Amino acid sequence: MFDVTLWAGLRPLADNQKVVRVQARTIWELLRKLEERYPGLAGPIKGEVAVSVNGVIYRNDWSQKLPEGAEIMLMRRLAGG
Amino acid sequence: MSSIAVSTTINDDDVEFLCQPNETLLDVLRNRLGLMGAKEGCGTGDCGACSTIMDGRVVCSCLVLGAEAQGRTIETIEGMAKGSELHPLQRKFIEHAALQCGICTPGFLMAAKALLEVNPDPTESQIRFWLAGNLCRCTGYDKIVRAVQDAAAELRGDTP
Amino acid sequence: MSFDAAYQSKPFNSVGTRPLRPDGVDKVTGRARYGADFNMPGQLVARVLRSAHAHAKIKSIDTSRAEAVKGVKAVVTATDLPDLTDGDPALFAVLDNCIAREKVMYDGHAVAAVAAIDENAAKAALQLIEVDYEILPHVIDVDAATLPDAPVLNEAIFTQGVEPTPTTPSNVANRSEFGHGDVKVGFAQADFVVERSYKTEQTHQGYIEPHACVASCNPDGTAELWVCTQGHFVYRQICADLLGLEASKLRVTSSEIGGGFGGKTHVWAEPVALALSRKANRPVKLIMSREEVFRASGPTSATSIDVKIGAKQDGTITAAEATLRYTSGPYADMWAELGAMTSFACYDLMNVKTVGLEVVVNRPKVAAYRAPSAPMAAFAVESTIDELAQKIGMDSVDFRIKNAASEGTQSSYGPVYGPIGIGPTLEAAKAHPHMSAALGENQGRGMACGFWFNFGGQTCTDLNISADGTVTIAVGTVDVGGSRASLSLIAAEELGISYDCIKAVIADTSMLGYNDMTDGSRGTFSTSMATISAARNAIKVMRQRVAMMWEIPLEDVYWEDGHAHAAGTKHGNRAPLSVKDIAAEAANTGGPIAGHSELVADGAGVSFATHICDIEVDPETGSSRVARYTVIQDAGKAVHPSYVEGQYQGGAAQGIGWALNEEYIYGEDGRLQNPGFLDYRIPVCSDLPMIDTQILEIPNPNHPYGVRGVGETSIVPPLAAIANAVSNAVGVRMAHIPVSPPRILAALNDAKD
Repeated sequence: MFDVTLWAGLRPLADNQKVVRVQARTIWELLRKLEERYPGLAGPIKGEVAVSVNGVIYRNDWSQKLPEGAEIMLMRRLAGG
Repeated sequence: MSSIAVSTTINDDDVEFLCQPNETLLDVLRNRLGLMGAKEGCGTGDCGACSTIMDGRVVCSCLVLGAEAQGRTIETIEGMAKGSELHPLQRKFIEHAALQCGICTPGFLMAAKALLEVNPDPTESQIRFWLAGNLCRCTGYDKIVRAVQDAAAELRGDTP
Repeated sequence: MSFDAAYQSKPFNSVGTRPLRPDGVDKVTGRARYGADFNMPGQLVARVLRSAHAHAKIKSIDTSRAEAVKGVKAVVTATDLPDLTDGDPALFAVLDNCIAREKVMYDGHAVAAVAAIDENAAKAALQLIEVDYEILPHVIDVDAATLPDAPVLNEAIFTQGVEPTPTTPSNVANRSEFGHGDVKVGFAQADFVVERSYKTEQTHQGYIEPHACVASCNPDGTAELWVCTQGHFVYRQICADLLGLEASKLRVTSSEIGGGFGGKTHVWAEPVALALSRKANRPVKLIMSREEVFRASGPTSATSIDVKIGAKQDGTITAAEATLRYTSGPYADMWAELGAMTSFACYDLMNVKTVGLEVVVNRPKVAAYRAPSAPMAAFAVESTIDELAQKIGMDSVDFRIKNAASEGTQSSYGPVYGPIGIGPTLEAAKAHPHMSAALGENQGRGMACGFWFNFGGQTCTDLNISADGTVTIAVGTVDVGGSRASLSLIAAEELGISYDCIKAVIADTSMLGYNDMTDGSRGTFSTSMATISAARNAIKVMRQRVAMMWEIPLEDVYWEDGHAHAAGTKHGNRAPLSVKDIAAEAANTGGPIAGHSELVADGAGVSFATHICDIEVDPETGSSRVARYTVIQDAGKAVHPSYVEGQYQGGAAQGIGWALNEEYIYGEDGRLQNPGFLDYRIPVCSDLPMIDTQILEIPNPNHPYGVRGVGETSIVPPLAAIANAVSNAVGVRMAHIPVSPPRILAALNDAKD
C-alpha cells in the first residue's frame, strides 16, 4: 500500500486530493488502478506523467517494481534540450 | 538573367562553370561544383562557415560573387588534405576534440591554414583574433585554439 | 526490463580513454553530410512566405498569381495541411506554428510556401502571393502581457491551475505551484531577508546550421525525409500525424547535425516541405535562411522573476519563495513550470514555495534550449543567495555548502534525493586554485550552482559482428557532439576488444525500433545502456556458439578479456577463442552473430555543477571581458573525457553569451530587429579565455558504468555566476540579463547618484 502524491495539476482530476492510497506491485499496476479510480487521469497518464520512486524519476519504464515503503510522486514529464 | 562563363583554379584544378550574375561563390561551389564542404550558416558574412581561401586570403565565399572567381586561385576544404594525408591542422583538430558537431570545422580549418601561412608562430591572442570571424556554438573555442597551437608547433618543427 | 542497469564498480580498459572519434575524418575534410548537403533527382526548391506583422487576422490568401509563375510546381497554405490533430493542443500548436491557419501570431509566422524549379522562380512567386491581413494590437513583453488591458492573444485561454477558473480570457495560460512547509512561518524566523525582482531577455540556441530538409512524398502513401534533427523518430511521428501518413511508411534519415541544443527537437518547416512535395509529386528541398531561423524557430522564454529568501544569523536558510513568469510564444506550454521546479533544487529547505506562470506573447514559439528554463531561475535564485550571503557576512561558497541538498533531502520540486553531487562540486570549487587567485583591477569574481534533470528513454541498438570479427553498432540516438566515439568505447569495454574494431553508425527510422530524441542529456547515458545490453546479448550468442564448437555445456563457457574460456579443467586445455575466431565460424554455427537491445533507459538521476568566473569591467564604457572561467561538474563516469570537457566548455560559452550580450530586440511594431549573427552577438573566439574544467565522478547507481547525463547542466550556472561577478566588480546588483554594456553603464551611473 502506497501514499501517492499527485502534482498540483492532477488534483482536480482526483477529487482534489493531494495524496491517494494505492496498492500495487509495479508502476504499471499503480497507474492502471489510479485510472480505474479516477478516469479523468487517463489523458495525463498517457502523455504527461513521470513517476518518482524514492527520488528516481521514471519517464518510461513502468515495469519497475515498487519497493516496500517507497515514496511515490506523480510528476510532469519534462522537456530537455 | 543570362549566365556568365567563368574560368578559375580550384584546389589546383582548372575549373569552368556558368553562373548567374547574382550567384555567390558559395552557391557555385555547393550547387554547381559539388563542393559542399563550405557551409551556409548565415549568408551575410557573419559566421565564417563558408570560409575559403582566394588568392591566399581568407574570404567568406557568401560575400564573393561567382563571377569574381574569374582568373583567381581558390582553395576549399576539399583540397586541404594531400591525397590520403591529412594536413596537420586537420589531424590536430581530431586529436584535440576541437570539433563537436563539426559544421563550423571546414571554415575554421581554412581560416587557421591562412593564419599559419602568414604567421607560423602566433600567440594565443593572435589566434583568437584571427579566428574571431568564425563562429562556433558547440566548443567554446578552447580546444580549437589548442589544436591550432599544436599544429603550428608541428609545422614549425617544434614538437619532439 | 530484464536488463539489470545497476552500477557495478570495476576497473576500465577502454572507458575513460581519449581515442580519435570515428566520424572525425569526414568532418575535417568536408565530406560529412549535413541537412543541406543532400539532393534528390528532380528536386524542387522551397521558399516560405512569412508574416511581417506581430499579430493579425488572415482575412484571405490569394495564391493564383504565384501558381501561374513559370517553374512553380506547388503553392501551399494551411488548407493543404488539414487539421488531423484530434483535439491534441500540443500537436495543434505545432501545426499552427508550421503554417498559420486563422491568425499570424508573430513577426515571421509562416503563411504560405512555394516549391519551384529554382530559387528565382520561387522568390518571384512568393512576391505574388496576396495576403489580406487585419492587423491586431500586439504584446511582446512578459509583464505587459499580464496586465488587464493587454491585447488577448487567444480568447480560448482561461488561466488553468487557479481556483476558481477565471471567466475572462487572459494571456496567462497556466499557474503551477511547488514546494513544502510554510514560507510565512519560515520568513518570520529569519534574521535577514533579501527580496528582489529579475528579468532575462529572450535568446536563441544559435546553432550554426539552419534547419534544412529534403522531403519526398509518393502518391502511394510512402515518403522519405532527409533532415537535420535531434530526433528522427520523433520527427517521423509528428510529420506522419500532421500529414495523415502511416509512420512506418515515412522513412526519416537524420543527417549529421550542425548543432541543435534543443532547437531541433521540434519540427518547424518539415511538414510544409512534405505538403509541398505531396502536392507537386516531386522531392522538395527546404532550407531556412538565418533570418528565418531567428524569426521563426524556437528561442527560449523571456522571463520576469521575483525571489525572496530568508536566513538566520548562522546562515541557515529558513524560507525561500519565487514567482516565475515565462513567455512561451503564442501557444501555452510548460516552461514556467519547469523553471518553478528547478529554482531551489540545489538546496535543503524546510519551507519553500515556487509559483510558475505561463505567459503567451506575440513572439515565436518557444523551444527547448539546453536545460530549458533552468538558467533563468538559477540566475534569479543564485543572485539572491549571493546578496543574502553578503548581508549576513558569510562567504558565498560556505553559505551554499551550509544549505546544500544531499542524499535524503526533500527536493523543492517534490521527491527525495538519492546520492547527488552538489556538495562535492561546491567543495571542489572552494579548493580550486581559481578561488584563491588574485583579482586584477576592475575585476569581480562570481560563482553559482546549477542543477538539471537527466533523461533515459526508449533506446534501440543493433550490434552486428562481421565474419572478420569487427563490430558495427547501429543506434537510433542522433550524435550531436561525438557520442559515436563514446559508444564505441562502451562496446569495446563490454566485449573486451579494441576500440579500433568497432564502427558506430546512426540508423534511419526504417532500421531500428523507436528511439527517443537526443535531449535531456540522454544521448550517451541511454545509448550506452542499450549498447551494453546489446553487447551482453551478443556475448551470450557467442558463448552458445563456442559451447557447440567445443561440444560442452553452455554454463561451462565464460567470457573474459574479449575471449570465450572453458571453465575449470574437466574440458582439457582449451585455448580461449576471440571474437574473430568465433565470428569466422559463424556461418556454420548458426549464422551471423548479433546482439540487439530494445529497452527503456530510466532512472537517469540528476546532475549538479558549480561555476566560478572572473569578469573585468571597463568603468568608462561598461564593456566587459571574461578574464577566467572554471566549470566543475559531476559526470558520474566520463566515458570519453575530451567530449565531456567539450560539453562543459560549450555549455559555459553559451551561458556566457546569454549572460553578457545575447537578446532578442523588438521594435514598437513588434518586429524582431536583430535576426542575424551581426546584431545577435554570440561569443566569438576573441571574447573568451581558455575554459578550465574539472570532472567529478560520483557514480550513478542506475547505470552499469555509473554514467550520468552531462550535456545540459553546464548552461545553468553561467548567468548567475557572471551576474554575481559583474555585481561584485561594479558594486551594484545586476538584475537584468544580459548584463550588456548599456546596462552596466546605467547601473554605474545610478550608483554615482
